[in-house]
Amino acid sequence: MKLVVAIVRPEKLNDVLAALYHAEVTGLSITRVQGHGGEMDRVETYRGTTVKMELSEKVRLDIGVSEPFVDPTVRAILASARTGEVGDGKIFVVPVEKIYRIRTGEEDKAAVTPVAAPLETR
Amino acid sequence: MNGADISWMLISTALVLLMTPALAFFYGGLVRSKNALNTMMMSVVSLGFVGLAWAALGYSLAFSPGGAISGGLAHVLLRGVDLAASPNAATIPHLLFMAFQATFAIITAALISGAIVERMRFSAYLLFITLWSLLVYAPVAHCVWGGGFLGKMGALDFAGGTVVHINAGMAALVAAFLLGPRKDFARQATLPHNVPFALLGAGLLWFGWFGFNGGSALAANASAALAFGNTFLAPMGTLVVWTLLDLKRGGKATAVGAATAIVVGLVAVTPAAGFVSPVLAVVLGAAAAFPSYFAILYRVRTRLDDSLDVVAAHGLGGTVGALLTGVFAQKAWNGTADGLLFGNPRQLLVQLIAVLATLVFSGIGTFVLLKLVNLLVPFKVSLKDQGLGLDVSQHGEEAYGSGEGAILILPAASHAAPGPAPAPRSAIEGGRP
Repeated sequence: MKLVVAIVRPEKLNDVLAALYHAEVTGLSITRVQGHGGEMDRVETYRGTTVKMELSEKVRLDIGVSEPFVDPTVRAILASARTGEVGDGKIFVVPVEKIYRIRTGEEDKAAVTPVAAPLETR
Repeated sequence: MNGADISWMLISTALVLLMTPALAFFYGGLVRSKNALNTMMMSVVSLGFVGLAWAALGYSLAFSPGGAISGGLAHVLLRGVDLAASPNAATIPHLLFMAFQATFAIITAALISGAIVERMRFSAYLLFITLWSLLVYAPVAHCVWGGGFLGKMGALDFAGGTVVHINAGMAALVAAFLLGPRKDFARQATLPHNVPFALLGAGLLWFGWFGFNGGSALAANASAALAFGNTFLAPMGTLVVWTLLDLKRGGKATAVGAATAIVVGLVAVTPAAGFVSPVLAVVLGAAAAFPSYFAILYRVRTRLDDSLDVVAAHGLGGTVGALLTGVFAQKAWNGTADGLLFGNPRQLLVQLIAVLATLVFSGIGTFVLLKLVNLLVPFKVSLKDQGLGLDVSQHGEEAYGSGEGAILILPAASHAAPGPAPAPRSAIEGGRP
């Protein structure tokens, strides 16, 4: 089991979600975050006060997956979040000790397997 | 000159001017937050650029004596626009008449922006609306109000159904077509970021519209009262019908729908305001809800990214209003002309000609102008900048900046002078080795 943490551009979120959907990765959480990865600074001016915006809006995805899904998940994000410019983000794959589904108490792989068969809705 | 007329027209001019910032809120609320400032600025700058173009040249092209299509150059740079009685409205000063008409040019140009939000380069937009107000708006205003052929033919347009709304609606259609859709159009939902702004804008538009329609009597008289009363009643009819349509269709009355309905009702009653009875104004307002409501439902299924539905609200609403003016006009109320319903079918024909003439002129004029503007300044923003949002890419500002991660850039000189402590470096940088 792995936790895939991806930091992506907010304007790419829709593409990433679509790609994950096609990869049959259905369970995830997103968080709006601010970050900096060496992209060119944005300069803004308010009534003569010029400021350099070091932090950019990003979106963080947290996706808990079983082993067979790690690679498809990572590849879906790589393909869909890329623009080729500095600031496209990062993907971290982190080992997970234990996963529980709160509703049923299921553990590990059972906890990250969707209840409804994913193909049913397609 | 007449003190009552002057005071009403002073108030009306201020009321109509308020409609442009109101439009900024109406449009600004309907776009995504990363484009809010850009959208609002498209209305705000019209106050300056179109307003000055009007004073310098547009007013003369519209209202000085001239030919069938355009006025002359007699009032260029406000020459002869003084405190003497206006040639077009004998009881108020010429300067006041010019200012009142300027507010119409300003908002008409700003109306077009709703069709091209979230993707037009701002400098190209400035060039476009300034030239448009001179080359498209001013001639159409002359044709209808300034002694041109449509007015002479007997076309009834009390406050700008053709001049303002059909004109802006057609320009919006052409602009949306030429610019093409936004990057995310039909690929992901582009939802309003602040519906309360849209409602605030619609409310302020209604308030300002009392000056728009009531002031178009150009005097504090019974005609102004009729226009005022109809401006009061007609949008109520539209709002009720629109809400019922919403309820019937989805089971829920929507706020964006209500804001749209108010605008559609105001647009529809604009040409009719001083010509129809109050009861028929309500009928007109109610009837105007149907075509615009269904046009908006249809539009989202097409490839036309008229983002804020200027064509459906203003083009279609204005057309319905202009045509129904030819049906509902009543001499007993307006003292000028009857419509179809009161035994004068010819009036409907005249209205139809005025609508078609405006559509053709505005369509061709806008097309040529936008092609020209695109040659001088490419009018479409890159996909990357559309992704970033036009607030940052076009204006270097954010509507809702978090303030985090912003580092002050102090002018070079201030480093030597004793002053505030040097700007702290960001926490992020502090964490680096």
